[in-house]
Amino acid sequence: MLAFILRRLMQSVLVLLSVALIAFAMFRFVGDPVNQLVSLDTPAEQVRQIRESLGLDDPVIVQFLRYVANAAQMEFGISYQFRQPVTTLLAERAPATLELAFVSALFSLLVGIPMGVYTALRRDGVLARVFQAVSLVGVSLPTFLIGILLIYLFAVTLGWLPSFGRGETVKISGSWSTGLLTWSGLKALVLPAVTLGLFQMTLIMRLVRAEMLEVLRTDYIKFARARGLSTRAVHFGHALKNTLVPVITIAGLQLGSIIAFAIITETVFQWPGMGVLFLKAVQNVDIPIMAAYLVMISALFVVINLAVDLLYAMVDPRLRATLKGA
Amino acid sequence: MTVSAAPAPAAATPVKPASLLTRMRDSDIWHSFRSSPLTMLAAFVVLALALAALFAPVLAIMNPFDPAQVFLMDANIPPRWSEGGDERFIFGTDDQGRDLYSAILYGMRVSLMIGLGGVFLAATIGITLGLVAGYVGGRTDAIIMRVADVQLTFPAILVALLIDGVVHALLKGIPREQTVFGVLILSIGLSFWVQYARTIRGSTLVEKNKDYVQAARLVGMSTPVIMLRHILPNVIGPVLVILTINIGLAIITEATLSFLGVGLPATQPSLGTLISIGNKYLFSGDWWIVAFPGFTLALFVLAVNLLGDWLRDALNPRLR
Repeated sequence: MLAFILRRLMQSVLVLLSVALIAFAMFRFVGDPVNQLVSLDTPAEQVRQIRESLGLDDPVIVQFLRYVANAAQMEFGISYQFRQPVTTLLAERAPATLELAFVSALFSLLVGIPMGVYTALRRDGVLARVFQAVSLVGVSLPTFLIGILLIYLFAVTLGWLPSFGRGETVKISGSWSTGLLTWSGLKALVLPAVTLGLFQMTLIMRLVRAEMLEVLRTDYIKFARARGLSTRAVHFGHALKNTLVPVITIAGLQLGSIIAFAIITETVFQWPGMGVLFLKAVQNVDIPIMAAYLVMISALFVVINLAVDLLYAMVDPRLRATLKGA
Repeated sequence: MTVSAAPAPAAATPVKPASLLTRMRDSDIWHSFRSSPLTMLAAFVVLALALAALFAPVLAIMNPFDPAQVFLMDANIPPRWSEGGDERFIFGTDDQGRDLYSAILYGMRVSLMIGLGGVFLAATIGITLGLVAGYVGGRTDAIIMRVADVQLTFPAILVALLIDGVVHALLKGIPREQTVFGVLILSIGLSFWVQYARTIRGSTLVEKNKDYVQAARLVGMSTPVIMLRHILPNVIGPVLVILTINIGLAIITEATLSFLGVGLPATQPSLGTLISIGNKYLFSGDWWIVAFPGFTLALFVLAVNLLGDWLRDALNPRLR
């Protein structure tokens, strides 16, 4: 088990280093970092000093190592557009994105799993067919179109929910301000969370359905039925439990893409999160923010991946056995 | 036994080789296509929309890219059948006075062009790298597949956004209108290649140990010839399914990039750009600017996805 963890850790570090290399290459070679900091009439001597103070004359490998060391301390330089440290900018916006991602992941699991179970058990039911059709449409509709549709329906026409912003936020401990504790904050969260989670929800529903159908065909389910267990115990105690193992993996991996897809949802709902910041950086060629976002997202992916792998090993007894043997 | 011992009657009535058309009509895949009404409907929708896009200049009542044909006075006119509608504009007009029906036709053209271009670029990159990785093996294989693994952890839209930002930064000085097509195709191509590379590599690994490859090598054929003429035709099958499904994805990606404001500008609108324009006017009740392009986009992607689903099931021998 320890060897497995160590090997996975090594792989994760390698992935992170290669992403850092890309981020560094962007930072260093796409546009001159000095040009962004000085104006046209800055004396040449001063430009040279800035170059030196930034260490841009050192060998590239030294610069890369410095970049990695700084990144490890969450230090990504100064944003070209805002003239503020990138870390501060990201930290200000992180709570909004993380809350949104968490709530939509929760939504997709809490709705997707029951829908998947239902469509698997009542395969030919009318409602199951409706769910299936809706899920196909859900996969085909781009996220931003779903967002616009929901805004038109629930904000413009019905006026039930706000269409933009986070509502009132409450500051808890340091820089974390949450929208989960106020009524308007919760109301503002509904539409973006549903928009963001809908794709994942359909994905989870289809996955649960497929896995469940597979499991229901296995011998131990037949045996459980033959033992005279109640249908409920067979379905939920035996079948669902075994279905959930792959679902954990996919759901975990999807958490990363939820955060990435938040870029679109945040734009539609003018949600003040990291995604909008990143998009502005792409539009204005603000390389430090782009590089920092890339590193952060990949770190997140790697951590989630690692956690999922370990969780997998803990949940699946067969895997645990092979790991012990290895 | 000699060759001349062949039975005489067969020689008298030589069996004509079945024409391509008959072979197609007798194939399993045609049969499965004909027995699924939903698939036929989807194919019809895809074909109709693609033809409409192709013949946009004939079908449209104006060229929305030509400023001389657009009048600001006509801005934000609702569809013909609703109150305040104009005889000329069946689906109404957008904020610059462009006829939406024409703009959708031209926009679909742009969306399709970029989507197909991006998918073909992705397939070319992916197939090439997959063939090389599978056939050459060793360190080359390891490097290509590690890059693929790293990229696979990022959603395509994020990769496309990053490439878009970096390329535009590198091409500073050239007006955006001139580069945006190429950049969009490039970002889509570079975001979707991984799936092709993995699929092709997997089947190449199987094929390269078969006798015909060994024979080709013994005859002294060069590596590129073996890879392209002999292995490629045998591993290309599964790519067809990925290709179909990716077309829908690529069109969504292009629309999303345009919606986010890093894709096509408002002067050369794709479906995504039109939706993005419409989104600004949604609150003033001008629903049609977003509704018609959005519906067209969704319809097309849904139809392509249905075709892709069907193709995957039809080509999968395990499901037969």
